[in-house]
Amino acid sequence: MPASNAPAPLNPDGSRRTFMKQAGGILGLALAPPFISQAERLTALSKKLEGVSTINLNVNGTLRSIRAEPRVTLLDALREYLDLTGSKKGCDHGQCGACTVLVDGRRVNSCLTLAVMSQGKEITTIEGLAKGDELHPMQAAFLKHDGFQCGYCTPGQIMSAVACVNEGHAGSEAEVREWMSGNICRCSAYPNITAAILDAKGQMGKG
Amino acid sequence: MNNFSYIQADKAKDATAAKRDDKSAAFIAGGTTLLDLMKLSVENHDQLIDVNMLPFRGIESTKDGLRIGALERMSDVAAHPLVARQFPMVAESLLLAASAQLRNMASIGGNVLQRTRCGYFRDTAFPCNKRNPGSGCPALTGDNRNLAILGTSDACIATSYPGDLSVALIALDAVLTLENAKGKQRQVPLTKFYLLPGSTPQRETVLEPDELIVAVTIPQTEMARRSKYLKVRDRASYAYALVSAAVGLEVQGGTIKAARVALGGVGAQPWRCFEAEKALVGQPATEATFRAAAEVALRGAKPREHNAFKVEMAQNTLVRALSEVAAA
Repeated sequence: MPASNAPAPLNPDGSRRTFMKQAGGILGLALAPPFISQAERLTALSKKLEGVSTINLNVNGTLRSIRAEPRVTLLDALREYLDLTGSKKGCDHGQCGACTVLVDGRRVNSCLTLAVMSQGKEITTIEGLAKGDELHPMQAAFLKHDGFQCGYCTPGQIMSAVACVNEGHAGSEAEVREWMSGNICRCSAYPNITAAILDAKGQMGKG
Repeated sequence: MNNFSYIQADKAKDATAAKRDDKSAAFIAGGTTLLDLMKLSVENHDQLIDVNMLPFRGIESTKDGLRIGALERMSDVAAHPLVARQFPMVAESLLLAASAQLRNMASIGGNVLQRTRCGYFRDTAFPCNKRNPGSGCPALTGDNRNLAILGTSDACIATSYPGDLSVALIALDAVLTLENAKGKQRQVPLTKFYLLPGSTPQRETVLEPDELIVAVTIPQTEMARRSKYLKVRDRASYAYALVSAAVGLEVQGGTIKAARVALGGVGAQPWRCFEAEKALVGQPATEATFRAAAEVALRGAKPREHNAFKVEMAQNTLVRALSEVAAA
């Protein structure tokens, strides 16, 4: 399939994903307790948590609450409790990068992060990148350069790529390849992914 | 992953006391090794003690050298100007390890305690003397391509520490600061921290159950400034070392005044090569000297069926690393 020259528009009639985002947002608002102060949060956390308890997560700018055990990873919290299924479970062992999200602006493997330890931090997932119908420059660049085939690794690739550019590690093709090595693409779309990142780098600065 | 209780410790004493009182508890910082192994049921803990709120942070010059808080993350340490400028082999060992995501997560204290990638250790369907003492070692006659050739025993041939950072730290005589549940601190050089497998491969370090790593301090030397970490692996990026070399040299008028040499990927622990250092000091900084030292470094190697290639690979890696540092 040839690469199209312009980014495809978002589905205007509300795709499944858009619907889920809206539903999740409304649900999140309904469940979110009033914002609590930092001091209170720490006091609450210093006691031992056993079994199911309330975990408050700030995801894509919205405070969301779940009831879950301490062993629940951030990835499972996003996918199974918050219906944010953009972040993918590939290996579940920090080897493939499909689960990459930003925590306080830093890219991490959400499969090796506990939800309970992510409280009080800003979590950004692939669902939080676009501004309404306007794609993030990295998303647009992946479309333009056809930076995927099956698409399963793509959300992780894009989150990692955004961080890669923000860190200043997208200076050349070689640098991009080295600093994106934590994201595996089984379809081997690497040349197009690299091209997309180098292209988006120029757009991101102009935000 | 088995279920566990979770506690976030505000004070070091709370953390170490909780660990002392619960033999099945584990500290968690980045979690990149721990959660991986818990998902495999290789480690099973009924309590995780989150130590991230403890004040073991900061990267600063002290009279004893560069002091790095144990909770600093690999990516932050690698990017720190003091580390990059004065300890290039440390920065390189960090940047050549894992992925950008894992480096953002993994703490320095946790890195030093990374566990082996031996496939039999990681798969609970197999016996393993390290995981289940006395059960046997299938690696001796099984797939041992990635395993150690120096310091091994008939009970275990794992590269007990598979990572990179400790190879650089052990070369530079780094010292760990540990703190126990009584609030007492002690200093342990990396060279005395790791234990050879012998007949007890389950004992990997001298760390006591109630002890926490507080910091690592690296002496500031000419060899630290003029140093290199060279890593050889199956892929260009994001792979454990088949062989790695951490070398530092002090050269005056073409003669080697002092040297630091350590190898990764070949030892049952990060492998400091004291004999090779002796073979370098006082000699001209030439390839012939480096080749002779490399042969000394691998003396006593005990390769197995699939990892015999590591002997020559380690020697060549060492010669190249020394040549590049001498020429720099």
